[in-house]
Amino acid sequence: MNASTGFTLRQYAICLLGVMGREGLRFLHQRERFVSALVRPLVWLFIFAAGFRQVLGISIIPPYETYVLYEVYITPGLMAMIQLFNGMQSSLSMVYDRETGNMRTLLVSPFPRWFLLGAKLFAGVAVSVLQVYAYLLIAWFWEIEPPTKWGYLTVLPALALAGLMLGALGMLLSSLIKQLENFAGVMNFVIFPMFFASSALYPLWRVKESSPWLYFVCAVNPFTHAVELIRFAFHQRVAWSSFAAVAVYTSVFLVAAILAYDPARGMLMRRGG
Amino acid sequence: MTDATPALLVEGLSHSYGARMALDAVSFRVAQGSFTVLLGLNGAGKSTLFSLATRLYAAREGKIEIFGFDVMREPGEALRRLGVVFQARTLDLELSLMQNLVYHAALHGIGPFEARRLGVEALARAGLAERANDKARALSGGQMRRVEIARALLHEPRLLLLDEPTVGLDIKARADILSDVRALVREQGLGVLWTTHLIDEIEPDDSVVILHHGKILAAGRAAEIAAANGAGSIGDAFARLTGAREETPA
Repeated sequence: MNASTGFTLRQYAICLLGVMGREGLRFLHQRERFVSALVRPLVWLFIFAAGFRQVLGISIIPPYETYVLYEVYITPGLMAMIQLFNGMQSSLSMVYDRETGNMRTLLVSPFPRWFLLGAKLFAGVAVSVLQVYAYLLIAWFWEIEPPTKWGYLTVLPALALAGLMLGALGMLLSSLIKQLENFAGVMNFVIFPMFFASSALYPLWRVKESSPWLYFVCAVNPFTHAVELIRFAFHQRVAWSSFAAVAVYTSVFLVAAILAYDPARGMLMRRGG
Repeated sequence: MTDATPALLVEGLSHSYGARMALDAVSFRVAQGSFTVLLGLNGAGKSTLFSLATRLYAAREGKIEIFGFDVMREPGEALRRLGVVFQARTLDLELSLMQNLVYHAALHGIGPFEARRLGVEALARAGLAERANDKARALSGGQMRRVEIARALLHEPRLLLLDEPTVGLDIKARADILSDVRALVREQGLGVLWTTHLIDEIEPDDSVVILHHGKILAAGRAAEIAAANGAGSIGDAFARLTGAREETPA
């Protein structure tokens, strides 16, 4: 290694893979995390969706070309939910890492800080995508599947982008949360409102009928756009407006998170480390 | 960079948290191949100095250079020459010792094969070769510290910062770690900044910087500081300078 020059591309790749490898190992070691990440959407699918199948009628709305079962409707929402929880879990682990000092070992690396945070984010996205495919495998046994097998492939970029957005949001939150104990608030004030005020469980035209105000909240909710992006991609179509919204939200969250972890102005300084 | 370039140069460094001044115009240097002790009570500003030197956040005033590279302007060059042992335990307890070392190596751009080779050597030096595949959780406090030091040296830095590395260790582990680090200075010419509040870790020939309420009260060889203050030992000098009773280890 030439100590007088910057890093080579290969070294950047080594660093990225190192961070991803560590997240992967941590994930493997926390089997209960994997199981609960899988059980949560399955409970929604097999209990909630089965119960509500008769209550909630879904009219034919894009991308669906025919009436669909409620289980089919909520599957993209549950895929996004897996990613939402994973993003928040990553943020929880970053707060934990900060408290235990592990975050410091990451940030004292000579690689640029934006790259280190980006690597951490990618690692979290990779884990969330694996979780989604594990869920899809189980859903497949219950005949919940895309119109053609290609849907499994076309949904991948949507999952990557939605995962990035939710991971960046988690990273931003992790810089704002002072202590681990405050994390319970994230459940109440971020996860539940984002999930329920979205198109994950019911189409937005139904929400509009009952409350225009709530409809507006749902329409601007980044999670709604993540769900729609995934829903359309699963059906081999692109929801362009959701794509644009997710891209914009991702950029905003990412820039804010990198600023929050920036040595010169970040939140780390304000609280004294 | 010449031999005269200090391993660590701190110049006019000030930092505050809101209205509270944590560091006030602090200047000192750690020469290459020297063992320098940063001595101060809890709250003296040692940890703030550490956070600034490792670029956790930026100094409001003044500069920090590692072998001539400014930590804020050229952080990559500065940080790759630096090894750090934080006060808090920072090994990943769920991972094995080797996995911890390979992860650290990746953060310095060292690939897994080379990292394993370096890791085997590092663990052998730490006397923990046969524990490579054990989880970090299974180690004692002293063993963890030894691994943390081995990890900090894995990318072959020329400057090692240790923030109160002996806190919470028993007497034997403390003595072992101190003598190991002194040996690194003697045998490998490593520059070391050792922060502590424990007087008995200082030898008369050590460079000492006394930090109190964010200000440097004295800097120089321990014996010289003692003599200059008309004290019999560095402990007495410290007590006179800070108005504190001598801090002895628990």
